[in-house]
Amino acid sequence: MSFAKLTASTLAITAVSASAAMAQSRDNVQVAGSSTVLPYASIVAEAFGENTDFPTPVVESGGSSAGLKRFCEGVGENTIDIANASRAIRESEIETCAANGVTDIIEVRIGYDGIVFASQQDGPAFNEFVPSDIFNAIGAQVLVDGEITENPFNTWAEFNGDLPDVEIAMFIPGTKHGTREVFEDKVLLEGCEATGAMQAMMDGGMSEDDAEDACLDVRQDGKSVDIDGDYTETLARIDANPNGIGVFGLAFYENNTDKLKVATMSGVAPNTDSIASGEYPVSRPLYFYIKKAHIGVIPGVKEFAQFFVADELAGPSGPLANYGLVSDPELSAIQEMVANEETM
Amino acid sequence: MTDTSLPQNAPRGSNSILATDARTKKRNAAEKRFRALGMGAIGIGLFFLIVLFTTIIRSGAPAFTRTVVDVQFTLTQAQYDEAEGTLFKTAAYADLFIAQLGEILAEQDVAADFDAESIERTLGKVGGTLREFYRANEDQLDQPVNFSLATSSRVDGYLKGRVTLEGIEDSRFLMASDLDLVDELQAAGVIKSEFNWPFITGADSGVDNPGGAGIGASVVGSFFMMLVVLALALPIGVAASIYLEEFAVQNRFTDLIEVNISNLAAVPSIVFGILGLAVFIQFAGLPQSAPLVGGLVLTLMTLPTIIISTRAALKAVPPSIREAALGVGASKMQTVFHHVLPLAMPGILTGTIIGLAQALGETAPLLLIGMVGFVARGYPDGFLTGFTEANSAMPAQIYTWAARADAAFYDKAWGGIIILLIFLMFMNILAVILRRRFERRW
Repeated sequence: MSFAKLTASTLAITAVSASAAMAQSRDNVQVAGSSTVLPYASIVAEAFGENTDFPTPVVESGGSSAGLKRFCEGVGENTIDIANASRAIRESEIETCAANGVTDIIEVRIGYDGIVFASQQDGPAFNEFVPSDIFNAIGAQVLVDGEITENPFNTWAEFNGDLPDVEIAMFIPGTKHGTREVFEDKVLLEGCEATGAMQAMMDGGMSEDDAEDACLDVRQDGKSVDIDGDYTETLARIDANPNGIGVFGLAFYENNTDKLKVATMSGVAPNTDSIASGEYPVSRPLYFYIKKAHIGVIPGVKEFAQFFVADELAGPSGPLANYGLVSDPELSAIQEMVANEETM
Repeated sequence: MTDTSLPQNAPRGSNSILATDARTKKRNAAEKRFRALGMGAIGIGLFFLIVLFTTIIRSGAPAFTRTVVDVQFTLTQAQYDEAEGTLFKTAAYADLFIAQLGEILAEQDVAADFDAESIERTLGKVGGTLREFYRANEDQLDQPVNFSLATSSRVDGYLKGRVTLEGIEDSRFLMASDLDLVDELQAAGVIKSEFNWPFITGADSGVDNPGGAGIGASVVGSFFMMLVVLALALPIGVAASIYLEEFAVQNRFTDLIEVNISNLAAVPSIVFGILGLAVFIQFAGLPQSAPLVGGLVLTLMTLPTIIISTRAALKAVPPSIREAALGVGASKMQTVFHHVLPLAMPGILTGTIIGLAQALGETAPLLLIGMVGFVARGYPDGFLTGFTEANSAMPAQIYTWAARADAAFYDKAWGGIIILLIFLMFMNILAVILRRRFERRW
């Protein structure tokens, strides 16, 4: 019966192709990590494929923490070569890496990215924020009349008369995003200190560390929503909710100016200039991390990194800056670091 | 016959079959209600189907046309050598093209204000296409060549009505003054719309280059995955179900297997992705982002579907066929392979195709094995490398596009859905045809 023969031959073909796969070593660079860095990495990856003889690298998303976790899984062809991150690698992650044999890591800063607060184009007039506003809106515990209480506010106008009298609805990045850390440091913590809540917490007997942690607690009553997906998900939420305020990357906002309007932070409007000069307060550096052990083993790893930070790409007039990345003033030092394969 | 003297208009008794009594009325009403409910249910189903299809087609149609700049461009050998000498070669090509387009526009007395920057904003990423062309056709240097190159996604959106003057007020990617240039170029026939072949044949592109994005490479990725699924799931699934149905003794152990197969069919598909990452990539060392691994993962997911439908098809073959075959002296195996299996084939194939169609539309298991993301390698070099070279899959590509900032990619995602639906429809039609053609009734 031909069926038996068919079965045998298909199994044979599969076995052959599977063994061919194992014999063949990986020839493309494999990158994973921050969804904020993903657009820039994809621009560079496409250009790298077009301009060199190396195959186009594969860039996966998933968030800084997820990417660094995969990065630290070990050394070898079946692990990624480069992790993108929208925050610096943590001490604990370096330890995990070391425990799995990933010891020589090259840290590459590619530039800066602004975090903006935007709402529906036709929504209420959310035009100016200070960190205290955001903290009062979504902090778990806030200072009301000199006392720390569970956040009692329902509308923005309740704590700042200049803001619209509409229901609080904030869409902030989830904890797996590197953006969350910057949001916590530069907005929540700042706001906590500025409103005096932190001092009040410490006066109430908390240690400084505990008070800082308490400042970063976000209310859980549905007025603040963690978005674990990409900015498109935040945009969809804002689209559906005229009162919603979303946290976006500058580049994402600039691509969607027809749907979103941006608010100033402490009186400074976000754009590449104000972020480069440091005037706009909520910005953070973007990084990628290279496994030194993969340089020379996986073809194109170092070339890709050098191509990424070259003046033509990451410089002020390159395609990355054009897309919304604030280029690093110390780019030449970074180029040198990559060329010399300096590890952390 | 005097019995007929019963008057026609006499009041009918309660037991007459012509009179509808209260109970009959109630039963008839219940039936009417049920019919109305049934028709209502079908109506609602149809309504949603129509809404779904019109939405998909309306949102996806723009992906199938593209806006191009149609001009004659000449690249000299010296310019070629110089561009090839730089690091960012495609940008050098783009600059040359922009400069020459500026000269052409100046010659044509274009009234609108323009400079190199406004031309740059109007154009898409042209460098890649130019470099690819001249690398392959060095004999075309120093002579004019006609190029149709994609405009920027916002110019494309403007001609399709997605981008409006108010919409770009705060945008730095396209200025209001650029729209005058676009209008004038369109009137002059330099900018025009055409069928978007690169969308059908191309690979994914960077986030700043929606004009270059295509679904073709991921169709190939899906094809290789389906080959793996077909080559593994069909023989394994059919062999397993023949054994379970025809040969295995009924005991607690086979019962346990049966229950587990049904359970496996209900396992969320992401679980298979986690399994695939742990077993195929980390343990067996198979490459990441490879259709081979994707196919293996989807095989695990499809197996229960195929086993269940194959067993149903085998069960549907009447026992008389088996008894007759055994009666004329056929062995058990001959009975199964010569008589039962051919009769069950239409059912098996239908189940397989439906299983494949399900696997074709699956994204979740691919998330963890590196097939979702920016995978723009293009077409594989050969048949065998097609299994191992990094590639994406259709649903993964759609998911990736839907997450991008530029709204042009949103159109692409809808266009991708149309392509995916066309494939699914063909597979389902094939299943129906096979069933109709080979079905035997007893």
